[in-house]
Amino acid sequence: MIPDLDRRDRLSLTWRDPPGWWGFLTTVDHKRIAARYIVTALLLLFLAGLLALDMRWQLSWAENDRMGPQLYNESFSLHGSTMLFLVSVPAMEAMALWLVPLMLGQRNMAFPRLGAFSYWLYLGGVLTLWVAHALDVTPDLGWFEYPPLSGPNYAPGHRADIWAQMITFTEVAALCASVNVAATILKMRPPGMTLARMPVFLWAMLVASLMTILSMPAIMLVTSMLIADRLVSTHFFAPAANGDVLLFQHLFWFFGHPEVYIIFIPATGFVSSIVETFARRRLFGHHVLVLAILAIGCLAFGLWVHHMFAVGLPRLGNDFYTAASMAIAVPAGLQIFCWIATMATGRTWLATPMLWVLGFVATFVLGGLSGVMTASAALDLQLTDSYFVVAHFHYVLVGGAMFPLFGAFCYWYPKATGRMMSERWGRVAFALIVGGFNLGFAPMHLLGLMGMPRRVYTYPAGMGWEGLNQIATLGSAIAVAGGLVFVANALLSYWRGAPAGADPWGASTLEWAGESPSPPWNLAYTPVVDSLTPLWDSPVLRVMDGVAIERREVIVTSVVDAAPLYRQKSAAPSIWPVVAALAVTAMFLGSIFTPWAIAAGALPIAAALTGWFWPQRGRATTGPLRVRS
Amino acid sequence: MPTAGLLLAGCAGPQSALDPGGDQAHALFSLFGLMLWVSGAIYAVVLAGLGWALWRAWRRRGTDARRDATLVGGVDARLDRTLPVVAGAIVLGLTVLITGSFFADRALFATRAAPALEVRVTGHQWWWRVQYRDRVSDGWIETANELHLPQGVTVRLVLNSADVIHSFWVPNVAGKLDMVPGRTNRLDVTARRPGWYRGQCAEFCGTQHAHMAFAVKVEPPAAFRAWLAAQAAPAAPAEGRGAAAFQATCAACHAIRGAGAAGRAGPDLTHVAARRTLAAGALTMTRGNLQGWIAQPKAIKPGTSMPAIPLTPADADAVATYLATLR
Repeated sequence: MIPDLDRRDRLSLTWRDPPGWWGFLTTVDHKRIAARYIVTALLLLFLAGLLALDMRWQLSWAENDRMGPQLYNESFSLHGSTMLFLVSVPAMEAMALWLVPLMLGQRNMAFPRLGAFSYWLYLGGVLTLWVAHALDVTPDLGWFEYPPLSGPNYAPGHRADIWAQMITFTEVAALCASVNVAATILKMRPPGMTLARMPVFLWAMLVASLMTILSMPAIMLVTSMLIADRLVSTHFFAPAANGDVLLFQHLFWFFGHPEVYIIFIPATGFVSSIVETFARRRLFGHHVLVLAILAIGCLAFGLWVHHMFAVGLPRLGNDFYTAASMAIAVPAGLQIFCWIATMATGRTWLATPMLWVLGFVATFVLGGLSGVMTASAALDLQLTDSYFVVAHFHYVLVGGAMFPLFGAFCYWYPKATGRMMSERWGRVAFALIVGGFNLGFAPMHLLGLMGMPRRVYTYPAGMGWEGLNQIATLGSAIAVAGGLVFVANALLSYWRGAPAGADPWGASTLEWAGESPSPPWNLAYTPVVDSLTPLWDSPVLRVMDGVAIERREVIVTSVVDAAPLYRQKSAAPSIWPVVAALAVTAMFLGSIFTPWAIAAGALPIAAALTGWFWPQRGRATTGPLRVRS
Repeated sequence: MPTAGLLLAGCAGPQSALDPGGDQAHALFSLFGLMLWVSGAIYAVVLAGLGWALWRAWRRRGTDARRDATLVGGVDARLDRTLPVVAGAIVLGLTVLITGSFFADRALFATRAAPALEVRVTGHQWWWRVQYRDRVSDGWIETANELHLPQGVTVRLVLNSADVIHSFWVPNVAGKLDMVPGRTNRLDVTARRPGWYRGQCAEFCGTQHAHMAFAVKVEPPAAFRAWLAAQAAPAAPAEGRGAAAFQATCAACHAIRGAGAAGRAGPDLTHVAARRTLAAGALTMTRGNLQGWIAQPKAIKPGTSMPAIPLTPADADAVATYLATLR
């Protein structure tokens, strides 16, 4: 389905970005925006990984003096905040921004300029945290800053404010990205892709986006309350003034637990896509996988209290949260079964992306099982806040989300760049990262059971913790070396990889229909879908014409049946998202120092949004839609 | 099994959940054992399934089953029938674990009605205030950074915080419980095996979270009563150069009952030399360490609230000598 040159030229005229810096700043191409997200997140992954290695070095010997307490506390705070807020969640959103329109055969997201805005705001959050670090105003109270420790009495200066405001940035960005993804998946599926014919990947991204929309307000609320306590003495969390410190924990974890699944559910989408392609058969249990994702999405909101079993809440509630937390194992277990069954009954081909799936299953299941242990309200009293829990959440987040992300990176790399990554170096990176990770984090289970609390910068000799800590350090170093091989492979393949062609893996979904790398307009025609695996089921992809090529247009379809409804104008490149993000950044940063920044800062934001939404000529048009076969 | 025994022996220690020395820690250790067996079995099944899948895929590598609807259809019908079995097995396994967890939870809190002894433990940045109810005077006998527990007796620990959130954790005796400002938590512990253990703050509480430990001694009731009586007694009246220097510089924050010092900001030092550790577990208790701690607290524990008081060398020496007599 390579378009004739004339059509290609006309599409290019319509969809290309302005050249140079202006194009860089004004682009609304979802692929360019997503690539920025991914590069930023990977860079931060590397920096935060180096912090981790430094901390591992510090803990390798009792009473080591590589770091003092302040430096160590800053290191783990920066590591955790970066990994949770600036790497994991944005990386998943980036994959959605990049893949959702491609997998839908659409030209762009539902709200192109909102996509650009969310990236610039995310970048604002990144710079807030890391520029503050360069200026030695690094947050030093962990990735969740419980009051009263983070309150005005115990955390003078602006370290805690930087943390709280960084969250506001990234959460507004996440809300924008999620609204965009959900609207695109619900209203812009290609004709014929009913909800029943939607790939698991899209279900995963839809559910993760809806969860983001429901959970993020809780943390924006709680960090705003913290800033208000610090800035204008509101006493939400001050026990002496009848505030309640536990209110913070409830609101934080009402976001914090769903967040884990906001990271994990997209990963199940990656795994589903990879397994289907490399088992070379349609996924077994499509409906089970979709229902499992929905079940996890619902259960995720009913178990935040398992982060608080040790704060002394009523026992009856603990039993409920224990059962709810363990119940997650039912849908998660069924997902694992479906993937294994698909591999067993297909002709599974162990290319690098598939290796990552194997690493994911072997590692994530361990994290899930240690999660079942921490879900027990009783046993958690020994496990929480110890190195056991450090091991647990790294197994879940790295094994359960990062390994699938690395697999997804290898899997979709040819589509993004038009070149194949080296299989040999891919295997080397895989072996180093998965082996190093397990060597590094498995001993931490034992360390926690042997009484080592998390977040200690040193420990006395004679506790019996040194040997295991040294193994952990060695493992982490091996994993970091593997990460370097992975990055080098990605960089070298960008110039020297074998040309990929449109569909190097013989995959089934629509993102593989067009050329690689995808041109700015994605597919030349709108595809028409009549099965779950359209590229496998019809010898020639059926397409539809009728969407304009002289102006930016997308097609909007109905929510359930994906019946074509109308053609919608799609936004052209615009400088307003950058300007609006700058205005919002100014207000957020100002409000660290004075409450008046909120009033004064609202004016530039209003001006930017007025420019953004200034009425333009040329309305959304409807017209006849022809079907071409 | 010898390796497993060796492994567990290696995990025994003064601060280990794998070496229970009390009823609560024992209940949790048993629950952990149950979880480990069930989880281990599940993990073995998953890995076996993965291995089986790879073996099948390898065996079928020559055939062209690519997207063959009829072939996949037959297999899928069989797999469909397996799904409820898998779901049922997971639910069954979880039911065992939830039931186990429920009973362990009840065991931890079974002794609620009958505490034989009440001890108040208050978390401070970065030390522990420990107060025993005095049956005679109905007042409180105060010490710091050291908890003595009578063997075989259920003790109710009343946990509070003076500043930020801390968490009380003696893994050999019981699971942890947070100390939350504005709230009071109660933890019942029944220690069984005599000996010294170590407790440590488990909730990040600021710069010196790592050096917020305490010593725990489980001893026979008679020895415990003797210790408590010694703690209740006031110190000898202050006399000499060291006592005078202490009054002039240290008494604003530290109390020595019987010697006129009544400060409340720092630990009670009435019987400081009888303790096993100094500075919340950061140092062992020796006369030299006492003097070093007085001279340079921030070098030993950066960020501590204890100020370095400028004393003449002779005064510092005298204060350390005086404190070392407070047994």
